[in-house]
Amino acid sequence: MPILSKEEAQAILKKVLIYSKAEECEVSLNGSEGGNIRYALNAVSTAGDISTMGLAVTSVYGKKAGTATIDEFDDAALERVVRRSEELAQLAPPNPEYMPMLGPQTFAESITYNANTAAMTPNSRAEMVAKSLGVTKEAKLTAAGFLENSTGFSAIMNSKGLFAYSKGSDVTFSVTTRNEEGTASGYAARGFTDVSKLDTLSATKAAAGKATGSVGAKAIEPGKYTVILEPVAATYMLENMFRFDARSAEEGRSFLSKKGGGTRLGEQLVDEKVTIYSDPFNPELPSGTWGGDGLPREKTVWIDKGVLKNLSYSRYWADKKGVKPLPGPANIIMEGGDATIEDMIKSTEKGILVSRLWYIRMVDPQSLLLTGLTRDGLFYIENGKIKFPIKNFRFNESPVIMLNNVEALGKPERSISVESYRSYLIPPMKIKEFTFTSLSDAV
Amino acid sequence: MRRRDFIYLSGLGASAMLLPDLKAFGKPIDPAHALDGGIDVKAKKELADVALNTAKSKGATYADIRIGRYLNQFVVTRENKVLNVANTESFGVGIRVIVNGCWGFAAGNVVTKDGVAKTAERAVAVAKANVIVGGAPVQLAPQKGYGEVSWKTPIEKNAFEVPIKEKVDLLLNANSIAMQGGANFVNSNLFMVNEQKYFASTDGSYIDQDIHRIYPAFNVTRIDSSQGSFETRRSLSSPVGMGYEYLTPLDREKVGGVTTRYKQRYDMLEDIKAAAQQAAEKIKAKSVDPGKYDMVLDPSHLWLTIHESVGHPTELDRVLGYEANFAGTSFLTLDKWKSGNFNFGSKQVNIVADKTQVGSLGAVGYDDEGVKCKKWDLIKDGILVNYQAIRDQAHIIGLKESQGCCYSQSWQDVQFQRMPNVSLQPGKTPLSVDDMIKNVEKGIYIIGDGSFSIDQQRYNFQFGGQLFYEIKDGKIAGMLNDVAYQANTREFWNSCAQVCDERDYRLGGAFNDGKGQPSQSSAVSHGSSTTLFKGVNVINTKRKIG
Repeated sequence: MPILSKEEAQAILKKVLIYSKAEECEVSLNGSEGGNIRYALNAVSTAGDISTMGLAVTSVYGKKAGTATIDEFDDAALERVVRRSEELAQLAPPNPEYMPMLGPQTFAESITYNANTAAMTPNSRAEMVAKSLGVTKEAKLTAAGFLENSTGFSAIMNSKGLFAYSKGSDVTFSVTTRNEEGTASGYAARGFTDVSKLDTLSATKAAAGKATGSVGAKAIEPGKYTVILEPVAATYMLENMFRFDARSAEEGRSFLSKKGGGTRLGEQLVDEKVTIYSDPFNPELPSGTWGGDGLPREKTVWIDKGVLKNLSYSRYWADKKGVKPLPGPANIIMEGGDATIEDMIKSTEKGILVSRLWYIRMVDPQSLLLTGLTRDGLFYIENGKIKFPIKNFRFNESPVIMLNNVEALGKPERSISVESYRSYLIPPMKIKEFTFTSLSDAV
Repeated sequence: MRRRDFIYLSGLGASAMLLPDLKAFGKPIDPAHALDGGIDVKAKKELADVALNTAKSKGATYADIRIGRYLNQFVVTRENKVLNVANTESFGVGIRVIVNGCWGFAAGNVVTKDGVAKTAERAVAVAKANVIVGGAPVQLAPQKGYGEVSWKTPIEKNAFEVPIKEKVDLLLNANSIAMQGGANFVNSNLFMVNEQKYFASTDGSYIDQDIHRIYPAFNVTRIDSSQGSFETRRSLSSPVGMGYEYLTPLDREKVGGVTTRYKQRYDMLEDIKAAAQQAAEKIKAKSVDPGKYDMVLDPSHLWLTIHESVGHPTELDRVLGYEANFAGTSFLTLDKWKSGNFNFGSKQVNIVADKTQVGSLGAVGYDDEGVKCKKWDLIKDGILVNYQAIRDQAHIIGLKESQGCCYSQSWQDVQFQRMPNVSLQPGKTPLSVDDMIKNVEKGIYIIGDGSFSIDQQRYNFQFGGQLFYEIKDGKIAGMLNDVAYQANTREFWNSCAQVCDERDYRLGGAFNDGKGQPSQSSAVSHGSSTTLFKGVNVINTKRKIG
């Protein structure tokens, strides 16, 4: 079993450190097991089951570091990997940005592990997919989807006394449903720590609803429109701005750099309805309580009522600037409002409901201008009602401009971006003057 | 971030954190270890036979095993600092089986007879579990066994044998040239890959391959803090299927013009000197007036447009719907191919798929399901004539054998259809870039690739670039900025008016073409000569925030 307990991991790490002769030494141990099933054209296309465990040793002399790894765990192998990392460190060029290892830290226990998810099997995955296919067969739609679960542990110990351990589980499911003519498509994605919350049947019904509602899409002119972005669509846009990095801002090469030098910290960056933070203990989207730099992760507010409140500092950059290091976000939660999507539609004279976006790329890092397309359900709204499905658009828009144009926010939902495979808690949002630049025939 | 990624990264040392994607490439090792031969072919054959026999005894009607050792080396620098030198190795087996007409796959890193037998049993169990889902049984195109064979990338100098110091010196020297040239920041790196792959199947093939790739790259940044603006210029190098010889400059492999471009040898020091100056020019360059322009596209730019608008829509798995949930489908549906007269582009457009091209990223002897590699037409005189297929798809387009497009990024991922090198053939009539530009009244000349985006059926795309030059009345009139062009694939390729001849032919490419769930990376090259497209829609990408 590659999922070791805290005590089992600690025993191995201690044994490895005894062999170390370097000035500093860090040992890490990771293991994971999981599986996946992928289906298309209403049948399984691939499925797999993967399990791995490995150990890495970093030895340091001055500012020279060397890392070696091994996946054997007898005493001779453990000593060999330590010696190898020491030889490598002696050969390495010094890294002027190397920071000495940290001593003991206090880490809260994370809430990222779930026994139900850890117990998933090839059979349970196949059964969940069978439920999804039942929906699409009945609706005379073709389904393509993917279900993946993973459970892993990670432990780290160094010669200065730092020890950290965590384990976590994750399951994600996504499905695309298309009609036989290829003229309509719908999508749904779900992600959870606990697989018992995953209902592949209802998710597939949601995707099927989008597909059947999209038949007969009409072309309308591109231009600036009020849009209602469902959480998954908003997620795809916003994740490109969740890099609250002090160094690049201070170096003058970030959207958070200020004209004339410095950063925009403390400035009103976006609309006051917007508050964005990280919190390892959010029950819907927990994260680990320690990072690779050995620092504890705590709740951090990045944007408070539209004001840029914090920037992340690596240990090196913090030391150079004489400030406290602050790890970057391990999860992102955006606060919402009380509007439902139905409320947002009702209050819209002329606008567009966007289900999902696709293939988003940075056009200009200075303004965070992004381009991409709508996909899997786009609907025209007039006088408070959805009038008809419309053909897809390409957009060119900046999430910073977008968050300055917020009219209403709904309740945050856990949303997965397949652009990055990351999950976020993001509300649905109504945004004015969103820029669509051309039409696409894609379905 | 996915939990699995977090778990892996959080346990790595601080130095490894400098490479955010290290997880994808395996585990750190020391450089000398990379030169070990790994386990010998005889031992691999014995392990393979254990796996194949176990799978058959448990009910598999077909099985294959890949014993893979994947080596990578990264050297990462910025300005006068070496941020990281990492060597990684990933070693294990992936076993694929068909049981009752269903695929099953399992992978593990216990490479012993007992370990591979257990992995084979898990693969069979996965296939059996999937039977409840149903669907049409897998139909494999016949493939004769090749017996025991081998193939190696034709390299002159194994990059893994070159001392780290030589690589560090090259990058720091390049950085120093950029800083002396006025750059505010510079990042440079070298990325080297060696895939040692052993494939065996119940068809009777035992294939040993040694594959090499290398990618040198940099990014130069100039800042104008008074205006709060910055510009970057990336290297005009390409990732290639070559050894370290790619980094030995050769005059005959250079292409002159507004800036030097490179064929089979790259001059990093020359390119970075130009980059520092061009990044400064970009800050002051005129912002483009949106509208219709004739576009002269250099191969260092056009490769990416070919990749997205020709490479992807001719992937048969996309056409059939296997990628509907992620990468998308394709507008090049089977009826268009069957018609035999679907006009993809103008008569100048001849595009081939080729897994044999020397120096390319896609070149191998055999694909990851044991099919010998080949070359074939995709677009002939503007007409769609073929797709890219693997063994379980060949019958769908009436082929008696696979086209050899199967690939997996590592032993722990299942192999599936991936793009071969897809390239625009040079024009048959002699034509230089200068002669092409002479006949352009209102145009833009683009060098280098920039931002890129295309829809899930590959109709509507938008591309940026590194360097943009205005063409007025047959002459280059200075640098432009904030340029992106938007077009529809079919209209764009039908606006193709001229392709320069073979003297200008060069390969571009990517190390990281993403497809599949879980997502896998694949390396692929795209060749072309400079090409003229008439009347393309150009937008201005300048925006103001705060």
